[in-house]
Amino acid sequence: MIDIFLLEAILNGILLGGVLALLALGLNIVFGVIDVVWICYAELIMFGMYGNYVLHKDLGWPLLLAFAVCVVVVAVLGVLLHWLVIRPVLGGAPINQLLVTGGVLTFMQALATLVFGIEFRNLGISMPSLELGEIFLSQSRIWACGVSLVAVALLWLFLKKTYLGTAIRAISQDREIMPLMGVKPGRIYLITSAIGGGLAGLAACLLVLQYDVHPAIGLTFGPITFMVCVMGGLGNLLGGFLAAFIFAQFIQVGGFYFELEWGYVFAFCFFIAMMFWRPQGLLGKRA
Amino acid sequence: MGRLANLIGLVALLAVPMLGVSDYVLHLGITILIWGFVYTAWSLMGRFGLVSLGHGAFLGIGAYTVTMLWNHAGISPWLGIPVAVALAVLVAVLIGYPCFRFRITGHYFALVTLALGEIVLMLIVALRDWTGGSLGVTPASALSADVSFSLVALQVSSKGVFFYVAVGLWLLGLWVWKRVDSSMARYALEAANEQEDAAASVGVDVTRTKLTITVLSAALTALGGIAYGQYQLYINPETVSGIAKSLEIVFAVIAGGMYVRLGPTFGAAFTLLLAEGLRVAFGHDVHGLDGTIYGLMLVIFIIFMPEGILGRLARLWETRRAPTSPRTASA
Repeated sequence: MIDIFLLEAILNGILLGGVLALLALGLNIVFGVIDVVWICYAELIMFGMYGNYVLHKDLGWPLLLAFAVCVVVVAVLGVLLHWLVIRPVLGGAPINQLLVTGGVLTFMQALATLVFGIEFRNLGISMPSLELGEIFLSQSRIWACGVSLVAVALLWLFLKKTYLGTAIRAISQDREIMPLMGVKPGRIYLITSAIGGGLAGLAACLLVLQYDVHPAIGLTFGPITFMVCVMGGLGNLLGGFLAAFIFAQFIQVGGFYFELEWGYVFAFCFFIAMMFWRPQGLLGKRA
Repeated sequence: MGRLANLIGLVALLAVPMLGVSDYVLHLGITILIWGFVYTAWSLMGRFGLVSLGHGAFLGIGAYTVTMLWNHAGISPWLGIPVAVALAVLVAVLIGYPCFRFRITGHYFALVTLALGEIVLMLIVALRDWTGGSLGVTPASALSADVSFSLVALQVSSKGVFFYVAVGLWLLGLWVWKRVDSSMARYALEAANEQEDAAASVGVDVTRTKLTITVLSAALTALGGIAYGQYQLYINPETVSGIAKSLEIVFAVIAGGMYVRLGPTFGAAFTLLLAEGLRVAFGHDVHGLDGTIYGLMLVIFIIFMPEGILGRLARLWETRRAPTSPRTASA
């Protein structure tokens, strides 16, 4: 007979996996197409969370309207990030592209501190827990997991079925040849940045239901997002999806047996071990 | 001429504590020297394209090992320092060897080291029964009103004395830099950074060379962490590990310039004085102003001046002196 609390941890892990999968999705598509890691990705999400807070709590907008506006605003932030910061260093040393977004991370985190202070803020919405026998599951997590599955499916359809999606996939496969075929990489990059930002905005809407927002929140789930992407094989959407669920189990079940930090320690150790076993990612092919 | 200038500079530096400057100025000096040392240690790797986002791990291992051994086992830092450095070296090898063996470079290397930095941060928090968790920890004090110096505990209340310790460490960092600079390993690393396969094909043992520089950098960074702990007599996970600290190192080095010997130190002075200047100008209450400016400057630096302030100055100087020389400066 399996321990009921262990079962609860495993189910929670699956739900967390859905959330992590969504977090990783935006970062992954940006990396896959533009070949740049947005180190400040989690800070975009943080801005989205503050956006929700301001619109819903301070200005009293209906929640769903606030959500929609935030997704658009963060998508615009993604475009600005690409246009103002990434584009000038695209031709430079690859590591500079990663470091420059590190600067944006510092900037956004400090700006949030400057504007909102270091207090924890929340929307004050608490959804009841779902009861399955003796198991309690957070309803907001179920929502988050469901929405993220839908988002993954829609993105997949977009990439496979539309002309634009095909162009995006083509660019990600060969950055040198595609311009010769009449695809403008600059435009594709901007569209991809908008999609990446929009996904970060969506993640923000789902996270703000579960977590308090504060300026350093990006540092708490930023690293795990990078790990998920890298373990899935940076740019590999399906691999990232799988890695998200594996990671989530490490965190929840590890946290169940020990303490929450230990769950993270195990997950990160597992990540490093995986890097050596399959540096190309879970589903990647060896170059 | 260069040698004489160095000597004069050093004498001037050593004379600072004797000029009767305030403790505040000494504190700034010590902080700049310790972090200048750490940043120099980071740049030993960084200048060859081995960009680590996890050097906080080595700082944390250094500072916490020494403090834990002293607080819980009564083991003097004299013994704790070698243990801590050995531990940092061990971790560096455990991470570095497979990374270099499997050719993990660029983004991937940065992200693996980022994971390492987070592991150490989480471990410190998770072991809160010993480490005090995120509240931090104070090394058990051997000092009192009568005792201003303890050799066993390596604690000293006089800033003037610690200033010399910091100068010593900093000189050690510069010396190591110079040794690396004039060694064959430097050419091997530059070659490996440009074209790993080509370097390997002409007989460079890429894995080994990279591992050597990584171990060196990790050991010195751990020493820096120890020095910081012994100086501040208080450490917490955020100040000696984690992604924020690691990014701070990278920022300061980029601002100063990682390809010239004094660049990292210049970066330390620049960032610290900027933060202090803003604090004096705007007071304690405005949180986040320094970070906002840092972040913006980091972005601007990488876009317009990737070689850093001192790097740019050195290059301007070089081109003025030898307009035909195509080489960039390497002081």
